[in-house]
This record gives sequence, structure tokens and C-alpha cells, in this order.
Amino acid sequence: MPPPPLHLDQVTLRHGGHVAVQDVSGSFPPGSLTALVGPNGAGKTTLLRALVGLHPLAGGRIDRGSLASADIALLPQASQLDRQFPITCRDVVALGVAGRSGPFRRIGAAVQEAARDALATVGLPDHADRPIAALSTGQFQRVLFARLILQDAPVLLLDEPFAAVDATTEELLLGLIDAWHAEGRTIITVLHDLDLVRAVFPDTLLLACTPIAWGPTDRALNEANRRRAGLLRTRPLRLPRAAA
Amino acid sequence: MHDLLLAPFGLGFMRRALAGCIALSVAAPPLGVFLVIRRMSLMSDVLQHGVLPGLAVGAAVAGLSVWAMGLGGVVAGLAVALIAGALARRTGAREDSQLAGVYLLALALGVVLVSAQRGIDLTHLLFGSVLAVDDTALFAMAGVATVTLLGLAVIWRPLILESLDPGFLAITTGRGAIWHLGFMALVVLCVVAGFVALGTLMSVGLMMLPAIAARHWSNSVAGQARAAVVLALIASVVGLLVSYHVDVPTGPAIVLSAGGTWVLSLLAGPRESLLRSGGIG
Repeated sequence: MPPPPLHLDQVTLRHGGHVAVQDVSGSFPPGSLTALVGPNGAGKTTLLRALVGLHPLAGGRIDRGSLASADIALLPQASQLDRQFPITCRDVVALGVAGRSGPFRRIGAAVQEAARDALATVGLPDHADRPIAALSTGQFQRVLFARLILQDAPVLLLDEPFAAVDATTEELLLGLIDAWHAEGRTIITVLHDLDLVRAVFPDTLLLACTPIAWGPTDRALNEANRRRAGLLRTRPLRLPRAAA
Repeated sequence: MHDLLLAPFGLGFMRRALAGCIALSVAAPPLGVFLVIRRMSLMSDVLQHGVLPGLAVGAAVAGLSVWAMGLGGVVAGLAVALIAGALARRTGAREDSQLAGVYLLALALGVVLVSAQRGIDLTHLLFGSVLAVDDTALFAMAGVATVTLLGLAVIWRPLILESLDPGFLAITTGRGAIWHLGFMALVVLCVVAGFVALGTLMSVGLMMLPAIAARHWSNSVAGQARAAVVLALIASVVGLLVSYHVDVPTGPAIVLSAGGTWVLSLLAGPRESLLRSGGIG
């Protein structure tokens, strides 16, 4: 069953005393796959956090329809998590069910098994009992995706899932996103790689505090919009000294 | 040998002190493990100083009873924890300086309040005394230990979730702060419970030092909690014996023993010790 749409009505968010996001209106249709693109500091993370209710609205409204809080999964930027925490990969993944089972329900053998399967799905079949401190950045991101598998949420918000991961990991994680898309889940992903966005994501919300464009990726990311968002390079890609 | 190790515990006050320290050793170190992995070690400092004004006010209002002073200490500790938490959130990265400010103020205020009253021995209050562990104090310690262990069992999983990924818990359960507050309340209870035997300045020693040492023994939270309890029990027995034979305050003796378990763990523990990582030799 497809999730209800997420409606935004003139959403304005403040962060650290400044307006981080201004007047975003529109909706993420059920089963849509949207890239959230914009320069650093454009309010992308703040908007994701507001969508799950972690960031208070300074103005406007977000209508989540019948979605409960556990129905929306947020993958935070890996740097937001404590990777030195003494816990095994399997436990991190198994805790993905805590949203639905509640914080006290026993995590039984079935969940442990599902956690193992999820780790195998993300290519870490032998890592169940390893502490997360021993993982590389890419492996840690895979563990977080395995947790998303157990969360089994109809709406997924992914904050820079491919930051600092290698091509193999990116390909594997993209495969998971594609499978979730095929299952009809609504997915919103913060990304910086515009070529990847054009290749994979049908829709794009281009944000630079104010919404620059929201719609089919080709149109949203045209040159005029990218210039307005401050995403055009001002000179060819090489070191300034070499150019002189 | 018998005179050295067993005879002291033939005395009633030593047995009570031992029972009290065992209760604290079972309850406090697991909290310390969470403080360490949540990077809140400094918070224990803040609390040990923060409870002092409360103890003094409790004594001023209701006299030198464990319950009155303990209640005052718990109220003051909770207030300081909330103030420090709010300051830390407001100031972002400069949390440590705010906490230092809070505990220096609290300590000075506490010493002034204690000094203004007759009949309180500041040294005993700050550094503890085995002789002072009467039945009331013992029941208080045992009660706090029981409440702490039960409370920690209830908040165990949410606390791990919140330590690892605060946002995840806030989203999935709709509440994040409540687990943190419950945890801080348990820490305050344990700090206050230790003041009779260990003194306010030393009571977090039994909470923190075994917890800091525990990372050299296990790489899971549960394993570290168990290791910390065992180390704290050893430190308690050794510290009480030293305190008895050498006639030094119990608090420092137990904390020095706990420090000894830390140094040994750091040097030669099974994980990430200097010996294992080839840091020495």
C-alpha cells in the first residue's frame, strides 16, 4: 500500500537564529524518488529533520497524512553518529525495529536473524559480531542501510548517503534505493553529485534557503536554476595556480 | 594475613561500610560507563560539587540526618544537572567551560553554607568516613542501588539508542529527552548515596574510575558495565582495608584503589592497553 503524500505549505525553518529554509510549498507524492539538492548551508538537513518532526517549524505546515513517526525513517549524516560507540553491527541493525516494537519489547531470534540477513544484503555477511568502531566509512554506511532495511518504513529520508563512500559501496546502496523505489516507498535523498541525480532521480527539489525549483530533474537542474542556487562552477576544474 | 584482611570486617562499622560500598559498586559503575561513552565524564565532576550546597541546606533545615541531607543533595544535584544541560545546549561547543563555571560556583557556595553551620565536619562531608555509615545510611545506599539497577534496566535500550544516534530515538519513540533526564536522575541519586562513606568529592570516583578502566576489558556496553562493577568491588574492599589500617579517610582510599585498577587496566588490560598495543616494552 503506498504511503500518503507529504504536503508542505509555506514551510519556514529557523536554525541558530537565522532563517534556514523559507517558504517551501509543494508535496512529495506517494512513491516518489526525489533528490534534495543545494549548496552547503541551504537548509537541506534542516528540512529533512523538520519532515520527521525533529526540527520545529517557524512558519507554515507539514501534513504527513496518516503517517506515524515510526513510518518515516531518517538516515542521518554518518558524521552525526558516534562511531566509537561500543556496539556490534548486528545490534545496531537489530535496533532498527525499536521504532515499531517499542523500546522495551524483547528483540527475539527472528529479529537477530533479520539483522544478519540485512547485513548480508549490504555485503557485510561476516561483520555481525564486529564492533562498529572497526568499520570503514563505507562499511558503516552499509550498516546504517541495513538498519533502514529493518526499519521497513514507507517513507525514507536519506541525508548525504554517499558522502565519503567508494564507487562499489555507492553502487550497492543505489541498488537498495532502487529496490525501495520499486516497492512504492517515498524516498527523499540529499545529494551533491548532480550527474548522479540526473541519472537516477526522477524529481529534484533545488533549495538555496528558498526553493529554487521543484519538479522533474532535467527542468529543476537547468542552467538558470543552478546559477540562481549558486551551483555553477565559475572557472574550469583545476588548481588556480596551474591556470595562471 | 587474617589480621590484615578479615579481622577489620569483624567490626560492625567496617561491615556496614563494606555493605554500603558493595551496594554502590554494583549500582554506580554501570552509570559511569554510560557517562564515559556519552562523553559526559565532566558531568560527574559538576554533580559531585553541585550536591554540596543541597546537603548543607538539608542539614540546616532538618539537622544532621542522612535523609534530610540526602534529599537536599538530590534536589541540588538535579537542579545543577538541568542548569548545566541547558547551558550546554545554548552554548554549543563551549560546553566544558560552562560546566566548569557551574561546579566551581557550587563548590564555593557549598563550603560557605557548610562552614556557616556548627556541627558539620567539612572534612567528613567532603572526603567521607567509614565510621559515619550507620544503619540509616546503609539502608539509603542499598535503596539507591536497588532503584538505580531497576531504573537502568528499564532505560537500558533507549539509552544505548540515544547515545548512538539521538535523532533515531527521538523519531521512533517521539521522545528523546525523557531517557536522558531519567539517566541523569539515577546519576544524581548515586552521587548523593555515596556521600556518607566516600564524601561528596570522592563519591563519583567509584562511579567513573572503574568505568574508565572498563574499556580495556570489553567492547560491548554490557561487558564494560560488568567489568566496571567487578573493578569497583575490588577497589572498595582494598580501599576500606587501607583506610582501616593506615587511618586515612575512606573516600580517597577507595578512589585511589579504583585509580589503581584503572592504571593496571591501562597498562595490561586485555583490550587497547599499552601492553597489548605495544606501547611499552
